[in-house]
Amino acid sequence: MDLTVTIGGMKFKNPLWAASGTFGCGKEFVDFLDLSEVGAIVAKTVTLNPREGNSTPRVVETPSGMLNSIGLENKGVEHFAAEVLPEMKRYGTRVIASISGFSRQEFVECARVLSGKSTPDAIEINLSCPNVRHGHTKCLLMAQDPKATKEVIRAVKKRAKAPIIAKLTPNVTDIAEIARAAKDAGADAISLVNTYFGMAIDPLTMRPLLGNVVGGLSGPAIRPMAVKAVWEVYKKVKVAIIGIGGIMNGLDVAEFMIAGANAVQIGTTNLVEPGAMTRILREYKEYLKKMKISSARNIVGRLKTGG
Amino acid sequence: MGKKTDEICDVASNKKIAEDHFILEITAPKIAKNAVPGQFVSVQVREERATDPLIRIPLGIYRIKGKKLSLLYKVVGRGTRMLSEKKKGKKVRVLGPLGNGFMTGAPGGKEKAVVVAGGHGVAPLVSLTEKLIKDGKRVVFLIGARTKKHVVCDAELRKAGARVCVSTEDGTRGKKGYVTELLKEYLKTTESKEKKAQGVTIYACGPKPMLEEVSRIAKERKMKAQVSLDAYMVCGIGACLGCAVKTTTGYKMVCKDGPVFGSEEIVWKER
Repeated sequence: MDLTVTIGGMKFKNPLWAASGTFGCGKEFVDFLDLSEVGAIVAKTVTLNPREGNSTPRVVETPSGMLNSIGLENKGVEHFAAEVLPEMKRYGTRVIASISGFSRQEFVECARVLSGKSTPDAIEINLSCPNVRHGHTKCLLMAQDPKATKEVIRAVKKRAKAPIIAKLTPNVTDIAEIARAAKDAGADAISLVNTYFGMAIDPLTMRPLLGNVVGGLSGPAIRPMAVKAVWEVYKKVKVAIIGIGGIMNGLDVAEFMIAGANAVQIGTTNLVEPGAMTRILREYKEYLKKMKISSARNIVGRLKTGG
Repeated sequence: MGKKTDEICDVASNKKIAEDHFILEITAPKIAKNAVPGQFVSVQVREERATDPLIRIPLGIYRIKGKKLSLLYKVVGRGTRMLSEKKKGKKVRVLGPLGNGFMTGAPGGKEKAVVVAGGHGVAPLVSLTEKLIKDGKRVVFLIGARTKKHVVCDAELRKAGARVCVSTEDGTRGKKGYVTELLKEYLKTTESKEKKAQGVTIYACGPKPMLEEVSRIAKERKMKAQVSLDAYMVCGIGACLGCAVKTTTGYKMVCKDGPVFGSEEIVWKER
């Protein structure tokens, strides 16, 4: 069975990647799985300058999901490039850096730092963290504005040595429009979706359950919406898609790929079952075998509609 | 730090010990082998293929006995209620051991420890007390509960050799009021008797306002205190950065850097 996928001209051993912010920098998970079995690890998002993160509580449970407002806590891109990335590159799998910024310049600076001595296999551009405010656009998030998306991607593409992936927010009217803007600006692939805006309130205290009041919703609760977002983009834009949103088992992986994803990322599930990726990969292989599909690539976009 | 395992465990028993309070005993050979007092585990309440409740429950380790682990918990919401319904023969997925235990110093010496438990915060303090006594320390154990029905573990702590004092908020047992009042009262007598409370270490676990008060009391008297914190938590292994607590050196994670912290490290009023 051939599980390999090629995205942005780069070959990955399988289409199951660990999503940014849910897998630390990998080392937190070594007791639970063989990191070399993971298709790729997308590291926690870094920014140009270190960030302390949002006030607490930062996480709260919701029906079949969770809200978070971590606020991009990180030690900065320089620290990541010097201290974290070289170690991650020893895990025997692809390493994808994730960067965010508050202006186009900050994204470009991050890409520059990541084009030095130790470079990641790809860079995911987080245009869509719901928990920080971006400048440079009238919208709350970069990825809510096709123009801002285009400018950032174009600028990073010029600077980066590695393939780039634009991570988009689902909190838009037309996700395909944003995906097209990212593709036209040079993105090698699109990851969708980041979390949905949400909030939760304690009726007894009348206070929000998150310190930041609002946060991002993830987990199986968002899966149907995420699958739909993938399908929308697959229909309208010719670009590699990495599907994300509440994947908990092998059939969920298949669902995203049938909708048009070339690969997927496992996120929240890592946080509630640290060994999950090994199990999900096994289940996905069992599914392909049962369906007599010899290559993971052959199910991409095979949604049957009508008659 | 010992290896962590996500272990599928048999429920050996799950007994109600007081109103809303339960002790869950599980067979968890891999976790039990590596666990020390003060560490915790994260328990999956949902069935394997279910999606709700999605997030696990972090519970302090109450006892480590051979291949078995006991967890003492209070039913406070939907997750813990579902946990209380898991009968013998059921399986539960448990992740651990997580976090760092209490620092108990070198065995021997005649030092004294004051252990302060608020409500079900008693859970990780019982095995700590047994260790302290085994190490030759004298332990005074102060239990605070809302009402007499919620006072747990007092008999076994006495049996282990600790001096136990109880307070309840409604005055139905022991001194009426918060356990921190009991602590202040106790330290007053110690100070007058021994002229120095500084040689005494405080260990505490309970609700945040209680720990804040314990921390203030310790600071006032220049005493050392170790507090075990509770927090909204998801991964338990330092990956999600969800269970942040503000410290004098920035945010730290309760799951990975704690749950036990030196009380002087914690910035209690974040907002």
